[in-house]
Amino acid sequence: MRLLFGTVFALAIAAAIGLGATWIALTRGTAYGGVTIGAWTAWPKNGTPGIDPYARAMVARTGELPVGSGDGVAFFARTDDAGQPLDGRCDVLLSGITPQARFWTLTLYDPEGRLVANSVQRQGFTSQEIIRKADGSFDVTVGPRARPGNWLPTGGVEKYLLALRLYDTPIGMATRTGRDAPMPSIVKRACL
Amino acid sequence: MIRVALWLLGALLLGGIVHLATVLLLPSMASQDAYARVSAIAPVNSVIPVPTPTPEKAVMPFMDPAFAVSVCRYDLSRGPLKFSVPISQAYTSVSFYTRTDVAYYAINDRAAGRRVIELDLMTAAQRAELPENEDITAADRLIVASPTTTGLIMIRALVPETGWLQAARNALAAAQCRPQ
Repeated sequence: MRLLFGTVFALAIAAAIGLGATWIALTRGTAYGGVTIGAWTAWPKNGTPGIDPYARAMVARTGELPVGSGDGVAFFARTDDAGQPLDGRCDVLLSGITPQARFWTLTLYDPEGRLVANSVQRQGFTSQEIIRKADGSFDVTVGPRARPGNWLPTGGVEKYLLALRLYDTPIGMATRTGRDAPMPSIVKRACL
Repeated sequence: MIRVALWLLGALLLGGIVHLATVLLLPSMASQDAYARVSAIAPVNSVIPVPTPTPEKAVMPFMDPAFAVSVCRYDLSRGPLKFSVPISQAYTSVSFYTRTDVAYYAINDRAAGRRVIELDLMTAAQRAELPENEDITAADRLIVASPTTTGLIMIRALVPETGWLQAARNALAAAQCRPQ
């Protein structure tokens, strides 16, 4: 009787721990081998056959396709430089330059990877569309209300994330620091 | 007390095994992965345009809206495929994914070095069967070996400014992916 009770008890705990750990790993995003520069993180290995099992499981769950390493690399930011989650009700200033790449695109997604509806139907910028300053750097205001210059509307959503994808770039698995890859800073301004 | 601790230890170990097993098995069991999503719109061995993502509707999450995209869902069980796409004005890339969405090869217009990206896609077994010493092994014929019999070829053409969408779509419309 005691054996039966112990077995059931152990199996129940095992199932809870095992499935719980899997669920947390896949929803919180615990992929290994990330390259973090400021608020931005990329997982260049996810675009190669060397993708780790957690990232594979995550990709299978969300239904996305990672950018192939011969194509480019995708950096994601969920917070600003101070570590605060990006809030679509606040103005956020993205400024600086991007690492060497033939083209890049900046895109705003909700946490599930959907584009965000807004009045001007703008979901991002390409390196060709962006208005630069004389020194080649640029400012993008990410916020709910229209702004002069490069304005990336948030549609007032509570949470969002930014993707900066570099195409035809030397940035990849060998990249470690911001000196190799200068990413734009993300600074929170006023909130609604 | 010791008995309970032992049961707990056993449960922890078993939990770890359950965790690893689910993580490893998930890619082959997922019903809503990218391959399944593409299968819903694309027949086998033909190039199909993927609608540009909008806030309401997207074939896959995290698609880059600055690209025109076409897809070829391939099946090599009947033999190798010939693939070609003319490059568009801005940037064109071709990425290969296995049946379980692992990116195993990608090439862009500059790496291809010509006006057309052309290659032969086959499984490792089909490649081994290729006769040697023929001009098919010449350096100008790019051969890509697929780790799985089925998979996806994503063909992407950058639309650097909105007005260029049609030109990018036209380049992709000329893409071909068919059995030899």
